[in-house]
Amino acid sequence: MVLAAETAEALSSGWFLENAWLIPLIPAIAFAVIIGFGKRLPQGGSEVGIASMTASFVLACGATYQWIQRVHSAEGHGEEGALGVARGFAQTVLPRASEEGGHSLPYVEPVIRNWTWWQNGGLELTIGQHIDGLAIMALLLVSFISLLVQIYSTEYVKGDRRYTHFFAALTLFSAGMLVMVLAESMVQFILGWEIMGLCSFMLIGHWWEDRANSEAALKAFWTVRVGDVGLLVGTAIIYFGASEWAQERGSNGFSIQAISGWAMSNDASQTVLLWGSVALFIACIGKSGQFPLHTWLPDAMAGPTPVSSLLHSSTMVVAGVYLVARLYPVFFSGLDILDSGVNLIAVVGGITIIVAAALAFVQNDIKKVLAYSTVSQLGYMMMGLGVGAWTPAVFHIWTHAFFKCCLFLAAGSISHSASHHSFDMKKDMGGLRKFMPITFATWMVSTAALCGIPFFSGFWSKDEIIDNAANNNYTVFFVVGLVGAVMTAAYMTRATYLTFFGEPRGAAAGEHHGDDEHAEEHELEVATVGGDMAGHGAVLADADLFASAASGSGDDHGHDGHGHGDHGDGHDAHDEPHESPPRITVPLIILGFLAVFSGYLLAPGAPFKTEYFLEWVEPRGVEVDDVVFTPSGEASGHDETAEAIVADGLVIGTGGFGRAAPLPTAESGEGDKGELTGCGFDKPTDGICFAPKVPHAEFKWSKAMISIALVFFGIAMSAWICLGVYGGRKNPFAGLTKRSRVANAGHRFLVNKLYLDDLYEKVIVRGIAHPIANAAYWVNQHVIDGVVDGAGRRTRKTGVWVYKNVDQRVVDGAVNASGTAASETGHALQPVQSGKVNQYGALLFGAATVGAIVLILTNV
Amino acid sequence: MLAVNFLLLSAALFCFGVYGVIARKNAVMVLMSIELILNSVNLNLVAFALMNDNIDGQVFALFVIAVAAAEVGVGLGMVLMIYRNRRSISLDELSEMKG
Repeated sequence: MVLAAETAEALSSGWFLENAWLIPLIPAIAFAVIIGFGKRLPQGGSEVGIASMTASFVLACGATYQWIQRVHSAEGHGEEGALGVARGFAQTVLPRASEEGGHSLPYVEPVIRNWTWWQNGGLELTIGQHIDGLAIMALLLVSFISLLVQIYSTEYVKGDRRYTHFFAALTLFSAGMLVMVLAESMVQFILGWEIMGLCSFMLIGHWWEDRANSEAALKAFWTVRVGDVGLLVGTAIIYFGASEWAQERGSNGFSIQAISGWAMSNDASQTVLLWGSVALFIACIGKSGQFPLHTWLPDAMAGPTPVSSLLHSSTMVVAGVYLVARLYPVFFSGLDILDSGVNLIAVVGGITIIVAAALAFVQNDIKKVLAYSTVSQLGYMMMGLGVGAWTPAVFHIWTHAFFKCCLFLAAGSISHSASHHSFDMKKDMGGLRKFMPITFATWMVSTAALCGIPFFSGFWSKDEIIDNAANNNYTVFFVVGLVGAVMTAAYMTRATYLTFFGEPRGAAAGEHHGDDEHAEEHELEVATVGGDMAGHGAVLADADLFASAASGSGDDHGHDGHGHGDHGDGHDAHDEPHESPPRITVPLIILGFLAVFSGYLLAPGAPFKTEYFLEWVEPRGVEVDDVVFTPSGEASGHDETAEAIVADGLVIGTGGFGRAAPLPTAESGEGDKGELTGCGFDKPTDGICFAPKVPHAEFKWSKAMISIALVFFGIAMSAWICLGVYGGRKNPFAGLTKRSRVANAGHRFLVNKLYLDDLYEKVIVRGIAHPIANAAYWVNQHVIDGVVDGAGRRTRKTGVWVYKNVDQRVVDGAVNASGTAASETGHALQPVQSGKVNQYGALLFGAATVGAIVLILTNV
Repeated sequence: MLAVNFLLLSAALFCFGVYGVIARKNAVMVLMSIELILNSVNLNLVAFALMNDNIDGQVFALFVIAVAAAEVGVGLGMVLMIYRNRRSISLDELSEMKG
C-alpha cells in the first residue's frame, strides 16, 4: 500500500483513468437492456443506447482530462528529477536527454488494471484495461462518433420495423470497439474484434429481406473472417515467442505491454517476430479493407447509412490500423520498419491508396465513392505506419473519423430528404446545393478536409504522413502519397460536382424515375409492410423486373430504402428535395466543425503551439529500468510475488508494470534518419523499451507546397473533366470512353473492380472449393456410403440371427418358463388355501414348531 | 428350579392354546385360546426377565397385555359382525378366504 501511494504521488492518476473499463461496460449492459426491454420503452430502446453512449463519452472525456494531467505530471517529475535522486526508487527520471533539447519526453506509464478472466493450465487469461495515449484517443473518438451516429439514427431509421434491434446492434458494436480499444491482453483484443465482426454482419444485413443486402453482410463477414485467421495465428505465434520473457517478469505472453517490451528486447527472435507480424497484418488487411481484401467494404454500403458511417469510417475498419499501432513494436521489429527500404505494411498500404482511389472514379453510388475513399485513406494510415510515421498515421485516424463520418452522414441526409432513398449520383442527384444548404456546407468542409486543402484537418494529418515518408527515405511511398492526394482531390471533386452542382436530375428534380415503378413499389410496400415476410423477397424481385422493364434502364442499384417500410410517412414528403430535420443536421454541423478544427491538435504549420497530439498520444520510445511486474494488482492475490519484489527493492505500480525510471538514452537529432539510435534501433542492454523511437519530419511550408499544388491541380483537372463529361461542355474529355478504346477498356476494368470479385468468386472459390466439393462428393458416395451401407447390411444380418436364436429361444424361453413354473406351483399349492381358519392356524403352528425344532437343533 | 416350573407351565399353557386354536369350532373359543398362547408367552418373558435380572422382559410383557386387549377387542368385534350377518359363529362354515 505504501508503494502504491508512492506511485500515485509519482504519476497522477484518477478515478476516470482507473475506471476506464466502465466505458465499454456501460454500452454492453445497455445492449442487454435494449434487447430485453427495448420494445416496451417509449422510444423503442434508442434512448437507452443514446444514454449509454453519452455516459461512455462523459467517462472518456474525464479519462482524457486525467490522462493529460498524468502526462504533465510525468513531465513535471522529469524536470525535478535532477534534484530528487534521493527519492530512491520511486520515479527518478534522469533528465540528461531533456537537457540536450529536442522532444525527449519521459516515459508515461500506462494505467493498467486487470482481472483474471479464466485460468487454463496454470495460465491466467486476463481482462482489463491498458490506458495510454492511443487508447485514450480511440476511446474519446469512438464514444463521441457513436453518440452522434445514434442521435442521427433516431431520425434516419425512424419507423423501421427492426428499430430496436438496430439500436441494440449499434450499441453492442460500440461496446465491442471500446473493449478492443482498451484491451489489456490479446485475448481481450480478439474478443472486441470479434464482437465487432458479428455486429457488422447484423448491421450491414439490417434489411436482410433484400437478397443483395444479406449477401453483402455475408461477404463482409466471411472476408473479414479470412483475415481473422491471421489474428488467431499471429496471437499464438507471438504468445509462444513472448511467453518466456513475460513470465520471467510475472506477466504472460498475451499481455500487450509484455509483448511490446519483448518485441523491443534482445530476447525476441527475429523469425518469430517476422511471422507473427505478417500473420497479424493479414488480420489488419481483412479488417481494414486493405488490398486485396478490400472488396467487402464497398459492398457493405448495403447497410443503413448510419451504419456505414459508424462502421466504415471511424470504428470497425480502423480496428486493423489500431492493431498495428497498438502492437507497433512487433511490426517495427518484425518487419524492419525504418531499417529496410521496403516492407509489407507500406507496400500494401501504398497499393491500397492507388487502387481504391482509382476505383472511386467510376462509382455512381455516392456511398461507394465514400467507401473507396475510406479504403484509400486507410491505405494512407497503413502506409504511414509502414514508413515509421506512427504519430501522423494515428493522427489521420483521428481527423479522418470526423470528416469521413460527416461525409457519410451527409450522403445519408441527401438520400433521406432529397433523392428519395437513392444513392445514385448520376440519376437522382445534382444541383442539391440550393435545397440543402447545411448538408452542402458540411459536405464541402469535409471534402476539403479529405482532399487535404490547407487549414482543414485532413491537410495536417495527410501531409504529415507524406512528409514523413520522404523524411524516412521512402521516396517511392512519398510519390505514392502524392499521387493518392491528387486522385483523392479529383474523385471527391467529381462526386461533389455530380451531387451538388449542375442541373437536378431524377429524384432530386422532384420526379420519380419511372412513375410505374413507384406506383408499383408503393403498392408493394403497403402490401408487405407488416405482412407476409416470406413472400416479400419474391414479390420485390418481380417489382425489380417490372421496374427495369418500365424505366428501360438496367442499372438499378443503390435504393436501400425501397420496400423496407422505413419511410412510412408516404412519398409525398419526398417529392421536393428539402433540408433534413435537426436530428440529422446537428450531428452534421458538429462533425463539420470538427472536420476543420480537429487538425489543430497537431498542426505544426500553424502560428500557435499545436503539437498536443505528439505530447499526449505518442508513446515515448524511452528505455526504462528492467523490472519485475505483476500481471495483476487486483483480484488475484500475488502477495508472494509482491513481497519478493519489495525485497528486491523494486517498486510496483497500482497494477501492471512497475514504475520504472527512464535510463538516460542517447537522443538523435530530429528528422535525421542517418543517426537514429535508441529504442528500436539499438536493442536495450539493461532496460526495457515499450515503443520504438520514431523520427519526426520537420514541417516546412516549402515542402507542403508540393502537395498543396498537386491537390489544387487535381481539383481543377477533375472539375474540368466533369464539366466535359457530365456538364456537356466541349472539351477533349467529353465522350472519351466512346472514342478511345484504351480509355474504354480502362474504364471497364475499373467498373469491374479490377475483376477482383471475379477472381475471388470464380477462380479462387471455384478453383479451390469446387474440386474439394467434388472430391468430397466422391468420397461421400464411394467411401463413406460404402462403409455405411456395409455396416448396415452386416448389422441387419446380425440382427436377424440374434432375433431367431437369442431373442426367440433364450429370452422368450426363459420368460415363458418362469411364467409356467409360477402357474404350476400356484395350482399345486391351491388346496392349502382352504379358507378354514383352523387349518391356517394348524399350518402356522406346525411351521412354528418346525422352525423351533430347527432353531433348537442348530443351537444345541 | 423355579424358572423351569415357570417355563413348563408356560409350555403347557401354550399347548392348550394351540389345541384350542386348531380344534375348536367356536370363534370365541379360538380367541380365548389365542389369549392363552399370548399369556404363555407373557409368562415366558417374565420368567426370563427374572432369570436374567433384567426388567426389559417384564416391561415387554406389559406391552403384550395391552396389545392382547386391543386384539381381543378387534377380534370380538369381527365375531359380532360375523354373527349378525350369518347367525352363526362356527368357523367351519366360514370359508370365504378360500384361494
